[in-house]
Amino acid sequence: MKKFLLKGILHDRGRSLVPVFVVAIGALLTVFLYSWVTGAMGGSIEMSSNFNTGDVKVMTSAYAAEADQIPNDLAILGAGRITEQLKNRWPDMDWVARIRFGALADFPDREGLTRGQGPVAGWAIDLISVNTKEPSRFNLPGAIVRGAMPSQSGECLISEELASRFDINPGESFTLFGTTMEGGFSFTNYIISGTLKFGSARLDRGAVILDIRDARSAFGMDDAAGEILGYLPVSYYDHKMAVAVQSRFNADIKEFAPDEEKMFEPVMLTLKEQSGMAELVDYSKAISAMLIFIFVAAMAIVLWNAGLLGGLRRYTEFGVRIALGEDKGHIYRSLLWEAVMIGCIGSLAGTAAGVALVYALNVKGFDMSGYMQNATILMPSVIRPAITPVVYYIGFIPGVFSMLLGNALAGAGIYKRETARLFNELEV
Amino acid sequence: MNIRIVIYGFIMCLLPVCTQPVFAQQALTAEDVLERVDRNLSSGTRIVESSMTIHGRRTSRTITSKGWSQGDKRSFTEYLSPASEAGTKMLKLEDQLWIYTPAADRTIQISGHMLRQSVMGSDLSYEDMMDDRKLSEIYTARITGKDTLEGRNVLVIEMTAKVNDVAYYRQKAWIDEERFVPLRQEMYARSGQLLKRTDLTDVERIQNRWFPRTMVYKDMLKEGKGTEFRVISIIFNQEIPEHIFSKASLR
Repeated sequence: MKKFLLKGILHDRGRSLVPVFVVAIGALLTVFLYSWVTGAMGGSIEMSSNFNTGDVKVMTSAYAAEADQIPNDLAILGAGRITEQLKNRWPDMDWVARIRFGALADFPDREGLTRGQGPVAGWAIDLISVNTKEPSRFNLPGAIVRGAMPSQSGECLISEELASRFDINPGESFTLFGTTMEGGFSFTNYIISGTLKFGSARLDRGAVILDIRDARSAFGMDDAAGEILGYLPVSYYDHKMAVAVQSRFNADIKEFAPDEEKMFEPVMLTLKEQSGMAELVDYSKAISAMLIFIFVAAMAIVLWNAGLLGGLRRYTEFGVRIALGEDKGHIYRSLLWEAVMIGCIGSLAGTAAGVALVYALNVKGFDMSGYMQNATILMPSVIRPAITPVVYYIGFIPGVFSMLLGNALAGAGIYKRETARLFNELEV
Repeated sequence: MNIRIVIYGFIMCLLPVCTQPVFAQQALTAEDVLERVDRNLSSGTRIVESSMTIHGRRTSRTITSKGWSQGDKRSFTEYLSPASEAGTKMLKLEDQLWIYTPAADRTIQISGHMLRQSVMGSDLSYEDMMDDRKLSEIYTARITGKDTLEGRNVLVIEMTAKVNDVAYYRQKAWIDEERFVPLRQEMYARSGQLLKRTDLTDVERIQNRWFPRTMVYKDMLKEGKGTEFRVISIIFNQEIPEHIFSKASLR
C-alpha cells in the first residue's frame, strides 16, 4: 500500500505538489529561524567567551575574587608549566595564556612631550606565533581598518576610534603607561601596526592589543599570566562539557599547584560562573526556546490547516471510495500514510534548502554593525546563523507532525459518512 | 620675717614665669596650633633622601629616592633604586606633574584623574605627593579634645577645607601638644568616608624643628599593610639651583 501511495504522490502532482511545497516552505523557515536565533544568541556568548571568559578560565583564587579589577599583582606564576599541564590533560582543547590590563596611552608630539592621553583597556594575547588561533578568536584580521597585523615584537593594534581621537596613524609610536606586576612604573613604547573596529562601543572606545611576550616584558610578568583560557572543541559553549573539565581540574588541583598558598592556588571557572554570564546564558536559552516554540507552533498551525484543507478537498474522493466498498479504516490509514509521506518529502526538501541557506549565510555573515554603533555589551557586529545538529531535524517537527495531525482531523470525517447519503452527495 | 618676705617675693616673681607656657597653651587657638605645625613641617626649601617600602599582597619592595622641593610649588624627585625604577624622575611645577622614564626615554605629563592613581602601587596618590601646602592655608580648624597617643599628650584637631582644590575635604589630626607635630592624621571625603590614615613616628629635632622620620600611609579603601615612608636624610632651607626645577633636568 505504501509503495502504491508513494507512486500516487509522485505521479499525481496536482494532488501532492501544493502540500509538499507548503510543507517545504514551513520547514525551510523553521530551520532558518532556529539557526538564526541560536546564532545571534550564541554569537554574543561566543564573543564573550573569545574576548573575556573562555569556555573555562584558570586564575589564582585571589585574582578570581577581584577579576573585574584585573589585579595583575595576583596573576598566575609559572603559567607556562600550568598551560603545558592543561594541554597534556585536555589535548583536544585549546589553552591560551592572556594578560588583561588597564593603562594610559600617551601620544607624543614631535619633541616627545605629551600631546594627548587616553585610558585604554588592553589584551595581551599570543599574536605572532605560527599556529596561534588568538587573532581569529578576536576576529582581528577582519576588524583591521588601517594598517596590518603585528608581525614582530614591539608592534600593537589599537582601536580606530582611539587612533582618530588622537590623530595617530599606523607606523607611528606611542607610550603605554601602566604598572608592573609589583606595582612599579611601566613605560613602554609601541609602534601601531594597524587600527581596529570591532563594532562594539565598549571595545572600540579604547582597545589596545599586544603580543603577550611584549606585555610580560613591559609589566614584569615573566612566565606569569593573569588568566589561562580553555576552549572546548565545539562551536558553541557546552556547559556540561565545561563542568566536566572543571570537576576533573578541581579534583587534581594539587598537580597544578603543588606549592602555592591557598590564595594563589589556581581555580577554574566555567563561562557560566563568570561575571554576569549565567544570566546571559540562561536568558539566551530561554529566549531561543521561546522564539523557536512560538515559531514552530505557528508553522504547525499553518501546516495543520494545509493538511486539513487537503483532507477536506478530497471529501468527494473518499465518498466514492466508500461507495465502491473500501473500508473506512483503510481509507483513513492511507490518508495518514500519505500525510506522513508528503510531510517527509516536504520537510526533506525544506530542510535541504534551509540548511543550504544557513550555510551560505554562515560563511558570509550578516553585517549588523550599522545597528550597533552605541552597543555597550559585547555583541558580534556580524551575525552568523548557527549550524548545529538540530537544524537537520527541527524542520520535520512542524513538517511531518502538523501535516499528520491536520490530515488526521480532516480524515476523522470519513467515519461519519453514511452510504445512504453518498449518492445524494455524489448527485448520482 | 624678712626671709619670709624675700621667699614670698621670689615665689611671686617666679610664678608668672613658671606658669606662662601653660597659660600660653591654654590660650592657643586651633589656627595657632596649625601654624606651629606648619612651622615644623614646611620650609622654604628641602632636600630629602628617603625610602618608601610598599607592602604588596605577594611581596614587599623598597624604593629609594632623592627629592628637592621649594615651597609647595616646585619639586623634583629622582628614584635611585631598585634598578627597575632607577633613573625615573618626577617634576612638579605649580599644579603640573611630569614623569621621565629612561625605559621609554619619554617625558609624560600626568593630569586629570590619573593624579588620583597610586604611585608605584603605594598607598600614596600623585595628588598626595603633589599637595604640600601648609595646613593653615587650606583648612579651618577647631580643637575637639585632648588625648594620649604613643605616650604623648596630643590635641585632637578637626580640619575642614576652606579651598576647593583640596584632595581631602576633612581631616582629623592628633597633634603632639608639646612638639606640634601630628602623630596621626585621618583624611576624609566630603561624604564622611575615611580615605586614608597616616601614622607619624620617630619624631626628631632636626635643624631646630621637630620632624617625623617615619610615616606610614594607609589607603583605607584597599587591603594591605600600608606604605612606610622613611626619611634617611633631610636638609631644610638650603639653596637649590634653579635648573633642578626645569624640564631639562628630567633627561
